[in-house]
Amino acid sequence: MERIIMNGNSAAAYGAVLSRVQVTAAYPISPQTGIVEALAQHIASGRLKAKFIMAESEHSVMASLIAASEAGARVFTATSSQGLALMHELLHWAAGARLPIVMVNVNRAMSAPWTMYCDQSDIIAQRDTGWLHVYCEQNQEALDAIIQGYKVAEQVMLPVLVNMDGYYNSYTTEPVDVYDIEDVDRYLPPYNPPVKLDPNEPHTLHGGTGPHLFMEMRYQMWEAMEHARAVAQEADEEFGQIFGHRYGLTEAYGCEDAELVLVGSGSLVGTLREVVDERRERGERIGLLKIRYLRPFPTQQVRQAVASAQQIAVIDRNVSVGMGGVFWQEVRSALYGSQVRDRPVLGFIAGLGGRDVTPGTVDQIIQIARSNPPQDVPIWIELKERR
Amino acid sequence: MSQPALTPVAVPDQEYLSPGMYSCPGCMAALAMRHVLKAMGPNTIIALTTGCWAVIDGPFPYTSVKVPLLHGAFGTAASMARGLRAALDIQGRDDVQVLAWGGDGATFDIGMTALSAAAAYNENVLYVCYDNEAYMNTGGQQSTATLPGVRTTTTTESRLLGIRKKNIVEIMAAHRIPFAATASIGYLDDLQRKVQYARSLKGFKFIHIHTPCPTGWQLPPDEGVRIARLAVRARIHPLYHVLDGQQYVIDLNPDPIPVRQYFETQRRRLLPLSEEELAWIQQDVDQQWQTLLIRSQCAAGPGGSESVR
Ligand SMILES: Cc1ncc(C[n+]2csc(CCOP(=O)(O)OP(=O)(O)O)c2C)c(N)n1
Ligand SMILES: [Mg+2]
Repeated sequence: MERIIMNGNSAAAYGAVLSRVQVTAAYPISPQTGIVEALAQHIASGRLKAKFIMAESEHSVMASLIAASEAGARVFTATSSQGLALMHELLHWAAGARLPIVMVNVNRAMSAPWTMYCDQSDIIAQRDTGWLHVYCEQNQEALDAIIQGYKVAEQVMLPVLVNMDGYYNSYTTEPVDVYDIEDVDRYLPPYNPPVKLDPNEPHTLHGGTGPHLFMEMRYQMWEAMEHARAVAQEADEEFGQIFGHRYGLTEAYGCEDAELVLVGSGSLVGTLREVVDERRERGERIGLLKIRYLRPFPTQQVRQAVASAQQIAVIDRNVSVGMGGVFWQEVRSALYGSQVRDRPVLGFIAGLGGRDVTPGTVDQIIQIARSNPPQDVPIWIELKERR
Repeated sequence: MSQPALTPVAVPDQEYLSPGMYSCPGCMAALAMRHVLKAMGPNTIIALTTGCWAVIDGPFPYTSVKVPLLHGAFGTAASMARGLRAALDIQGRDDVQVLAWGGDGATFDIGMTALSAAAAYNENVLYVCYDNEAYMNTGGQQSTATLPGVRTTTTTESRLLGIRKKNIVEIMAAHRIPFAATASIGYLDDLQRKVQYARSLKGFKFIHIHTPCPTGWQLPPDEGVRIARLAVRARIHPLYHVLDGQQYVIDLNPDPIPVRQYFETQRRRLLPLSEEELAWIQQDVDQQWQTLLIRSQCAAGPGGSESVR
């Protein structure tokens, strides 16, 4: 193992190399481009034995990977924002075809207006495509989530989207453990699909399906996703035993006695963590719930984490216009019908389009949370005065 | 009739389609697949994009194709073929041939950028476009393969608008791919030869097969082959191939007929054309034929191409 200082894009490329991906298709879009560039270099240098398809659009990237996966290869790509949106049709296809594709999405806000900067509006719009959704706080986590991603995907036969934040992860360097590939081999055996396209055993895949069967196929997908909870948990534990990093589907930090639990995802969790540490040192009972998996949604873990809380504040770096932040909605619906159903769950919108969520932002959130604010509408943080 | 430019081949007896397909009676697209697969043989994987053929194959769990077939989203045949090629090659299966299959809408329109990329990167696959001159699976809407003078369900004007059918083989030849060709369901020997020749080449191969659609063109179901032959004779769909984007060879040059005579066989799908409009179409066809003749003669050097004399 080697510990190297690198940005999130390089870490993601190492994740793909260590997973011995066989086919990758690529299309440039900031802030993701560094991932596919790094992969191209790994392939060119012979470090990774794989085919690199330079595509002419993200739609084609996913179409090529779907076919390559159907022919039995382990496949990988990365994208962001507009590129992810252009793939949308094929994201449903990949999941419906039950293909264990792993893709990194480097979160970037959707335009218009044109923007390059981070928020989750790109990925949130793909929530219901049938992929597993993993959100990373740190660069190490991105590398690890890719390796774990294949481990899980190839058991449940559903694709995995690994999210990391544009700029905050993609362009920020941190120390990252790059494992010995032989160790990863022991964790992640070669991909051996139950069915693949092969003239020696011809199959026709994904022909037209009518109402008499479609629903059952969707139910199988549903079951696979439900099963993914346990599989992901096991994969994470085994990973932790071998490599020393474990994350869970969620992480509850200082939640046992917390009166206020702050809920977040992605890189802003690092900021929440710092504020929580500082406040707890001062004796304030504030906890942190990091949501790592949005799909499958870790309902039980969320319920457990906020069991003692008097108040829950969800910080969303995305907004579903007309309703509010999506993690807020998810947490509220997870708590509905549980014992904690009547605790206030506040929804905060922060950090859209790359605005920094600083410790000061979090302080404001805590202050507002304590002021008994409205619970039924999202609270927009640090908006500039309209002139 | 002139000498064929490619060596004649026997049509294999082996069938790779089962009876009981979901095609309309007299479907020329089904016949095209039958003959292309005969020439390709069993060691083939098909990347199939949306269109009539996605239906013709039959509903899950049935299939009418005996080689592996991957259904895919609309316009993705070329991208899927790239993915298949990469996956096969990395697994040491470079013996397996990849056949991308798409209709005119999938090829001329929605899949154009993907097709262009696959050709530009000279992927080792064969792309076949079956051309029924409209989006037939959705009921016959206009595509850029629709012939001038044809009334589709989305045609809004009752006159010609100076819009031509896109010349897909020229576009593909401009990528300087090893082999770009037209073919017709009316000339199966020629089709067979072309597929077999394409198989023998490494790199990107493209064949544009004219497949009149009796249902969509409102013809009796037994008319497809005859109409296809007339299209070749009218030089609406001349039979030729281009090697490396440079060397043009006219493969067949049967007795020519005027476009008017061709159109008379299919009045039900046409606009009411004035003499002037018909003359414009004829002039266009003649011009294209002249261009083709010149190119094929250049390729053959002084004295002209053997196959067109
Ligand atoms: C993205 C997308 N847009 C539109 C469609 C609807 N659609 C399905 S088949 C088809 C027509 C295909 O036309 P063509 O490629 O010419 O093949 P044909 O049906 O004529 O055989 C269309 C428009 C689709 N499936 N996907
Ligand atoms: Mg068509």
